[in-house]
Amino acid sequence: MKKPFDLNADYQPESFEFTKAYKKHAQELIDLYPKGRQQSAVMPLLDLAQRQVAQEGAKANPPYGGWIPRAAMDHIAEMLGMHKVKVYEVATFYSMYNTAPVGQYLVQLCTTTPCWLCGSDDIVKATKEHLGVGLGETTPDGKFTIMEVECLGACVNAPMVQINDDYYEDLTPENMKQVLSTLAEDMKPSVGSQTGRKASMSAAGPTTLKKEAKKAKVI
Amino acid sequence: MLDDKDRIFTNMYGWESFSLKDAKKRGDWDKTADIIKKGREAIIEEMKASGLRGRGGAGFPTGLKWSFMPKESDGRPHYLVINADESEPGTCKDRDILRNEPHKLIEGALIAGFAMGAHAAYIYVRGEFYNESSSLWKAINEAYDSGLLGKNAAGSGWDFDVIVHRGAGAYICGEETALIESIEGKKGQPRNKPPFPAMAGLYSCPTTVNNVETIAVVPTIMRRGANWFAKLGRDEKNAGTKLFCISGHVENPCNVEEEMGIPLKELIEKHCGGVRGGWNNLLAVIPGGSSTPMLPKNVCDTIHMDFDSLREAGSGLGTAGVIVMDKSTDVIQAICRLSQFYMHESCGQCTPCREGTGWVWRMMKRMVQGNATVEEIDQLFEITKEIEGHTICALGDAAAWPVQGLIRHFRPEMEKRILEYRQNAA
Repeated sequence: MKKPFDLNADYQPESFEFTKAYKKHAQELIDLYPKGRQQSAVMPLLDLAQRQVAQEGAKANPPYGGWIPRAAMDHIAEMLGMHKVKVYEVATFYSMYNTAPVGQYLVQLCTTTPCWLCGSDDIVKATKEHLGVGLGETTPDGKFTIMEVECLGACVNAPMVQINDDYYEDLTPENMKQVLSTLAEDMKPSVGSQTGRKASMSAAGPTTLKKEAKKAKVI
Repeated sequence: MLDDKDRIFTNMYGWESFSLKDAKKRGDWDKTADIIKKGREAIIEEMKASGLRGRGGAGFPTGLKWSFMPKESDGRPHYLVINADESEPGTCKDRDILRNEPHKLIEGALIAGFAMGAHAAYIYVRGEFYNESSSLWKAINEAYDSGLLGKNAAGSGWDFDVIVHRGAGAYICGEETALIESIEGKKGQPRNKPPFPAMAGLYSCPTTVNNVETIAVVPTIMRRGANWFAKLGRDEKNAGTKLFCISGHVENPCNVEEEMGIPLKELIEKHCGGVRGGWNNLLAVIPGGSSTPMLPKNVCDTIHMDFDSLREAGSGLGTAGVIVMDKSTDVIQAICRLSQFYMHESCGQCTPCREGTGWVWRMMKRMVQGNATVEEIDQLFEITKEIEGHTICALGDAAAWPVQGLIRHFRPEMEKRILEYRQNAA
C-alpha cells in the first residue's frame, strides 16, 4: 500500500533530536547487533522516534500521536551511517511507521476474514458513528485517528482492534464505544478481552487441564 | 483427545505468571545443561526421531533442517532466527507462547542454538505484539540474571545470547529470507534461493529460521524423549501435539493444544462447543490459516487435522489456524477479503504477485456483486495459475490458493450470483 510521505509538507518540523533518555535507549538498541551491523537498528530507532513524538504529542494542545518526521529519519540515517533514502525506504515499507501526523489514539480496526466473520463491520460502523469521522480521518480535537488494518493475530478473540500499543478483544459495538469514551477522557480501559474472558481460552471455561484450572482458581 | 499429562503448553492461557519462578515449577529449565551435554549430534538425532515437523506452515522436518547447518564454523558465526512474525489470518498461537510461556521458547532457543553451533538467537516478533515482546524481554532478562543465558548459559559451557527484534507490520516478513532482510535493517523483500539461509542467511552467515512453536516444544521433547512425542499423533510423519486456533463461526472460539491428526469435527465439538447452529449449519472451513484452500462441509465431516491428510484433501495444515464459516456466510466475500489482504501485503518485488494480487482482488470484488460473466470465473482461475509458482516466495501461491479453493468448491454459488445480478439488471 502506498503511504503518504511528503518530504516537504508544512507539518514537517525543521529538526529532530532524541532526548537524553531516548538517546541512551537508542544506543542500547544499537548495541544489540554485531559491530558493523548497526543498520539492523534502523527499525528499533524508527519506533523509538515515533514513541518520543507520541510522548510529546500527549502533552500538546491539541494532542497528537506518534509519527516519524522526515527530520527524524535523517537523524537516524546519520546515527547509523546510512543513506537517507535507505531509511525512507524502510519507513515507508512497514505499515506501523506513521509518516504523517496522526491522532493521539490510533485506532486500528482489524477487518480481515476471521474478524469480519465475527462482525468487524459492526465495529467499524460503531467507531465511525461514535467519533464522527471516516476511515483514515482524525477527529477535529486531535484525539483519534481511525484506520482499517490487516489481521492483527488475535483471531480467536475476534472482532478486535489495536489502539496504540494495546489490543481490545471480543468487541461488540457497545463495549467498543465504551473503550473509546474511556480513552477520550485520557483514562486507560482494561486491555484484552472486553467480556472478561481469559486470553484465548474458551469463553465457556477450560476444556483441558481442569485440575490445574481449579488450582489457579479459574473455575 | 490428548491426555493432560501429555500437554506441553500447560500455561498457554496465562493462569499462572510467565515468570521464571512459575516456569520452573512447570518444569522449564530443568537440567538443561544435561541435555546440552548430550552433544550436537545426539540432539539432532533425537529431534529427527521425534518426527517433529516445522510448526510455521511448511511442515519441514526440524531435525533435518538443523542438520543442514555446517558442522564446523568456517570463521563466520552461526545464527538461530526464530520467526514470531505471526500474521497469517486465523493464526494466534505463537502469541500465547510469547506472553504466557516465554521460558519454553528461550530454553528451546538455547538447545536449538547449541545444536546448530549458534551463539546467538534473534527472535523476530511482529511489531503489533508490543505487550508480548515486552513480556518476552522480561523473561529473557530474568534468564540472564539467573545465568541461564549469557556466558556458560545454564551451566552448559555454551555461551548464548537471545535478542528480540520487533517487526513493524509487514506480513511478508514471515517469509524467512524477508525476515532476515528485515533484521538487517532493510525492506522485507524475500531473497532468491539458493543460497539457502543454512549457507548464507543473516549477515551472510549460516542461519536457521524456525517457528516459535517449533522451538518451544524442543525442551519437552528432549526431556521426555523422542519416543514419547513420536507416539502421539496420527503416524510417525504426523507426530506430536499441535496448537490449534479455531476462529469464526463456532460457539466458543479458542486456542487449544491437541494431538496432531485429531478429526476436525472432534476438535470443534470438544473444544469450541460446536459450529454455531449445529454441525449441519457448517458451510466450509479454512483449515490452516488463510493461505490454505477451504474445505466444504462434506470433507470436514471426516477430515483429520494433520499435514498429510489435509494435503491429500487438496489443502494443508499450514499454521493450524482453523477458520470456520457457517451457512450464513457470504463465502465469496470471505475469500474476496483475503484477496484484499494479499494485495495489501505483496511486497511488490515480483510482477506476477504485485500486479496479479490486485487484479485478482478487483475481479473478486465483482464476483461478490455478481457483476461478471461466467467465463470470467475461468479467467480468474487462470490468473491465479499465472501467479502461483512464478514468484520468488510463496506469497504468490498463498494469494492464489484461497481463490482456487473457492472456485473448486463453490463455483455453482459464483455462477448463481452472476445470474442473479443479470436478472436484477434486466
